[in-house]
Amino acid sequence: MRIIALICLFVALLLPQPVLAVTPDEILKDPVLEQRARVLSQELRCMVCQNQSIDDSDAPLAKDLRMLVRERLVKGDSDRQVLDYLVSRYGAFVLLKPPLEISTLLLWGLPPLALLSGIVMLLAMARRRKAVVLDTPALSTDEQRRLRKLAE
Amino acid sequence: MIPELGHYALVLALALGIVQAVAPLIGALQRDTALMRLATSTAIMQFVFVALSFAALTACYVTSDFSVVNVIENSHSMMPLIYKFTSVWGNHEGSMLLWVLILAMFGASVAAFGGNLPTTLKANVLAVQSWIACTFYLFILLTSNPFLRVAQPPFEGRDLNPILQDIGLAVHPPLLYLGYVGFSISFSFAIAALIEGRIDAAWARWVRPWTLAAWMFLTVGIAMGSYWAYYELGWGGFWFWDPVENASLMPWIAGTALLHSAVVMEKRNALKVWTLLLAILAFSLSLIGTFLVRSGVLTSVHTFASDPSRGVFILMILIFFIGGGLALFAWRAPLLKQGGLFAPVSREGALVFNNLFLTTACLTVFVGTLYPLALEAVTGEKISVGAPFFNLTFGPLFIPLMFVMPFGPLLAWKRGDVLGVAQRLMAAFAIGLIAIAASFAAMGMSSVLAPFGIGLAFYVMAGSLVDLVERTGLFRMPMATVRARAAGLPRSVWGTALAHFGMAVTLLGIVCATTWGEERIVALKQGQSVTLSGYDLRFDGMVQRTGPNFRELAATFTAGSGGVAIGAMEPSKRSFVARNSSTSEAALLTRGFSQLYLSLGDVNEDGSVAIRVYFKPLVLLIWLGSLVMALGGALSLSDRRLRVGAPKPAKKSAAKPSTLQPAE
Repeated sequence: MRIIALICLFVALLLPQPVLAVTPDEILKDPVLEQRARVLSQELRCMVCQNQSIDDSDAPLAKDLRMLVRERLVKGDSDRQVLDYLVSRYGAFVLLKPPLEISTLLLWGLPPLALLSGIVMLLAMARRRKAVVLDTPALSTDEQRRLRKLAE
Repeated sequence: MIPELGHYALVLALALGIVQAVAPLIGALQRDTALMRLATSTAIMQFVFVALSFAALTACYVTSDFSVVNVIENSHSMMPLIYKFTSVWGNHEGSMLLWVLILAMFGASVAAFGGNLPTTLKANVLAVQSWIACTFYLFILLTSNPFLRVAQPPFEGRDLNPILQDIGLAVHPPLLYLGYVGFSISFSFAIAALIEGRIDAAWARWVRPWTLAAWMFLTVGIAMGSYWAYYELGWGGFWFWDPVENASLMPWIAGTALLHSAVVMEKRNALKVWTLLLAILAFSLSLIGTFLVRSGVLTSVHTFASDPSRGVFILMILIFFIGGGLALFAWRAPLLKQGGLFAPVSREGALVFNNLFLTTACLTVFVGTLYPLALEAVTGEKISVGAPFFNLTFGPLFIPLMFVMPFGPLLAWKRGDVLGVAQRLMAAFAIGLIAIAASFAAMGMSSVLAPFGIGLAFYVMAGSLVDLVERTGLFRMPMATVRARAAGLPRSVWGTALAHFGMAVTLLGIVCATTWGEERIVALKQGQSVTLSGYDLRFDGMVQRTGPNFRELAATFTAGSGGVAIGAMEPSKRSFVARNSSTSEAALLTRGFSQLYLSLGDVNEDGSVAIRVYFKPLVLLIWLGSLVMALGGALSLSDRRLRVGAPKPAKKSAAKPSTLQPAE
């Protein structure tokens, strides 16, 4: 048994990094605070990773940030205060959902703008066409017979 | 010798490609049939030579020829044979070779099966296809030669990235590339139509099977990639809104929009200009995806190597094809005549609605993916756009889209009766409402929104079957009649119903797995157990094992439900000696459509192990739904009307009007 434990330890030391993101020792006793910490963690970016949240990342930096979030929560910060604190330390880069500012106006504005202008354009086109549709006379029986022949 | 042959075959393919890029165009201009016909044989020979080149590289890998740089860097003599095959495309150079192989294959298929295409259209399509091929041959030969040799071969290779040593690598990239590259055909058709300045319903009919095939492959490719990431990366997520994933999602959304608008064009000769634009965009987005992944602008597991010169080259290809394509569109599209008028409430209207929302969704992903890059380039300001952004902006677009989805196929062409259709969908509405009520009853108020998602999913599932039920006369007519009618329905009707059904199944999986999943992170000592969602997991001990090219430390767990053992789970950590790196292999236990997911963390000094265990309710539906969608595509593709060169069926006598198919 001890040999196995030794082997385990040896192998564990060999591995370059821990594979789990959130580890058991980080978890807060208070389940409500812990839940808040998890939700907040999903909004925060691990700055050394490719678009990963600190909740998903196993990088050491992400672990430090998770600890920091939990520390602030235990001290009684609100969610907003925790995020503000991290932004003041690391900049807006840390937020996976960028705040609405002048520089992100296009990011937030373009999709709804595209949808709205699409709807307006389609409505305008439909209006223009409505008249034409109503003006088009129905097919005569002869034309209908020819159409059926063509469709076959 | 073999690598040199492979290299030479690629050069020959380029030479043929240059001929094919020029000669058919001149032929089409001068109405010279011989020159136009040339494209058919060059396209097929191009494919033969690229296939030879690809076979040569495969041979180098299978025989572990460590005189080839590419093999040294990505292979190991002890690797299992299957990974020796798959590691051919598990690296930058090889994956580009796979890219051009598939490109040449599509070109050759158009040449071989496009017998019923007008000669000039076929010549132009193959010429455009060859422009694309030539730029990528040049890219490989000039910046990413996979056949480079070293003077003094080492004894052993450096092994393939351990994360890629998985069956997923055998499936995901080829399928994804079949999808990406498949859209090149739609692109070539669009450019050819613009060059000729002529486009009609027949064009849409020719281009639709290719688009459909590409879309199908891309659907399965993305789904497999997602499943691979789910079990390999070890944190149980199935979609991360990673820029590289987004790069594959964008062509999929554009391709889906293209499929729907091509229907309108084929049936009603309307939306021509828009369909052309979508065809150009779908492939442009595929190219952008290739650029993002291959240039090193983004780094991730997909980016095997980053080299600025490659990035600049691909950027030039990108500018040439997207810029050129859109410029040609802007110049020639106004010349095309619009046809087919329709009222806003009609099947065309529903398909336009679909296109509006899909395009907006695509734009959302596009902006979210590229905005941070653009902002940093322009102002130097760094921001992140991640999952919370996309969940907030992309998700809501799919609600109206899915709500309208069952209406589409039930509305009449030209002018529809929305109230009548709503009446026919009564049963579907009822099923949706019952699902909402049942979810609230079963899960309480744990989530206020999720039950509505479930309701939407059930409504769409039921709604997409309404058309089938009505047209086969199910519940109304004797079984024999129903069977006969079902056999007589066009396959595309089945395809539509299945694809829409699959979309709803995927939605159901996403809602359930993300809302009601449970997660525990604990450290367990031997003999201890953890309980979640009614399952308990007992940690039995550790086992040390040796694989072909790795060592493995596995933890054995017994999963039980209500005191009865239901299976063993063995998550493990593998350390790969050659690369001095490790992977974590999660253990999955499937219960119906749900899964228990167990991944291993650190082994502590006191002998306890840290584990992360999830219960993911109905998670398999996410990928199953995608497979159903693709199956719908396959059925639609097998429809006689789309099969290329299919003969007309013998005319049924008019004496049996009951077998007449409804006009489509």
